[in-house]
Amino acid sequence: MKPFLRKEIPAALSELPDATAYEAGYLVTKNAGWRNVRPVIELDKCTGCLQCYLHCPDGVIFKDKGKVAVDYDFCKGCGICKKICKYAAIRMEAEK
Amino acid sequence: MGKCFLSGNEAFAYGICLARPQVISAYPITPQTIVVEKLSELVEDGSLKAEFIHVESEHSALSCAIGASAVGARTFTATSSQGLLYMAECLTYASGGRFPIVMMNANRSTALPWNIYGDQRDSLSQLDCGWIQAYAENAQESLDLALMSYYVAEHREVSAPFMANLDGFVLTHTYEVVEVPAKEQADSFLPPFVTENKMDFGHPRNLAFSAGPEHNTAFKYKEHIGLLNAKKVIAEAEEKFARIFGRQYTGLIESYRTEDADYILITLGSIAGLVKEKVDKLRAEGKRVGLIRLRYIRPFPNEELAGALKNAKAIAVLEKDVSFGNEGTVFTNVNSALHKAGISIASSNYIGGLGGKNISEADIEKIFEELKEEKTTIQFLGLGGAEKWVYPQGL
Repeated sequence: MKPFLRKEIPAALSELPDATAYEAGYLVTKNAGWRNVRPVIELDKCTGCLQCYLHCPDGVIFKDKGKVAVDYDFCKGCGICKKICKYAAIRMEAEK
Repeated sequence: MGKCFLSGNEAFAYGICLARPQVISAYPITPQTIVVEKLSELVEDGSLKAEFIHVESEHSALSCAIGASAVGARTFTATSSQGLLYMAECLTYASGGRFPIVMMNANRSTALPWNIYGDQRDSLSQLDCGWIQAYAENAQESLDLALMSYYVAEHREVSAPFMANLDGFVLTHTYEVVEVPAKEQADSFLPPFVTENKMDFGHPRNLAFSAGPEHNTAFKYKEHIGLLNAKKVIAEAEEKFARIFGRQYTGLIESYRTEDADYILITLGSIAGLVKEKVDKLRAEGKRVGLIRLRYIRPFPNEELAGALKNAKAIAVLEKDVSFGNEGTVFTNVNSALHKAGISIASSNYIGGLGGKNISEADIEKIFEELKEEKTTIQFLGLGGAEKWVYPQGL
């Protein structure tokens, strides 16, 4: 299962845990600030072979209602998924 | 067991045994080896029901303790000198993760020149890593500290790892008569370790995550507050300890004949025993001298020192440490406490006992003699003809 962020990032100290531990599935911060280019999946070309999922070093590729998707909160934009895709179903777009 | 003839290492091992840790991971290093050997014997003969894990390095010893603590086990490890430095990377993982691991450190010199004898440069170089740091004076205090360390570290408002320091050889290998409490007494002092900061199938958690610039300060602030909270929990632990065992400790500092003292020597660890004897002799000659022993240096006794030093004319800090290019680190900390309290008196630093060099009664006499000059100096003891820097010239 894809981890998800807390819906609201806590503003008050008292809302943050004392130890670096949340209940499973929650993360304290996004980590994608240095991405220059983002992978975009062209679903009409995608066969769902999941080679991109297997090769992604950050584990950000997942299936959303049966379709391959990217978690942009954690994708660093390395482009390995684009390189590995035999069906040219992933293109890299510049971040604006 | 009642009264036993034990070394500091053995006394600490019995204290740990009474605290009933569930996991012990350690790697041997002189002069810590005996505490680990003793505990492995106690596990083997069934006196202590714990998992004893032989690891391949100090880095692994603490990593293993962190893993065990992260599943809710009471854990113990021990090290010294280069071993402490080798596990340094893991020190902040333990403190940042708020894992209340207890570690005994046998204070020993750090290389180079390579040396196995005692000084305090190993632990004092790690003051900023988020661990509570205590320094024992004798074998009885070592045992008692081992028991109290878990009480303090595991307290919910503290949740910090605890480093108990014993002077290498002088304390770790010297035999003394030690009162070893009964198991039932120890059990009534120290409750079992209960924590929510653990991996748990029933309540899965995401441990040891990242926090970027936005939240990092908040986590570090909470860690800082945890260590400050240790002050009141140490007092609470000592009060309960005194009720059950009849031995009363004195919090972050021990003041010895300081009430009306003009000249006060501040030090830490086993050398305090010799200083007390010297203070008694000088008092018998009518000299108004006293001693403050720092029992804890993290959290640092700022207020306690300010209270104890407010009527002194001059103080000296005697420590087995130097922060090269500056002065002894304990001296820096003490001066900060004085400054914050608005106390403006001469303070001198004596750096001695490096690499196991003996600090003699004559050295202590010299310190008290020079204190009367009420000058701020920094000097090394044990160089033969001592080099002396008078502040600010030559600094």
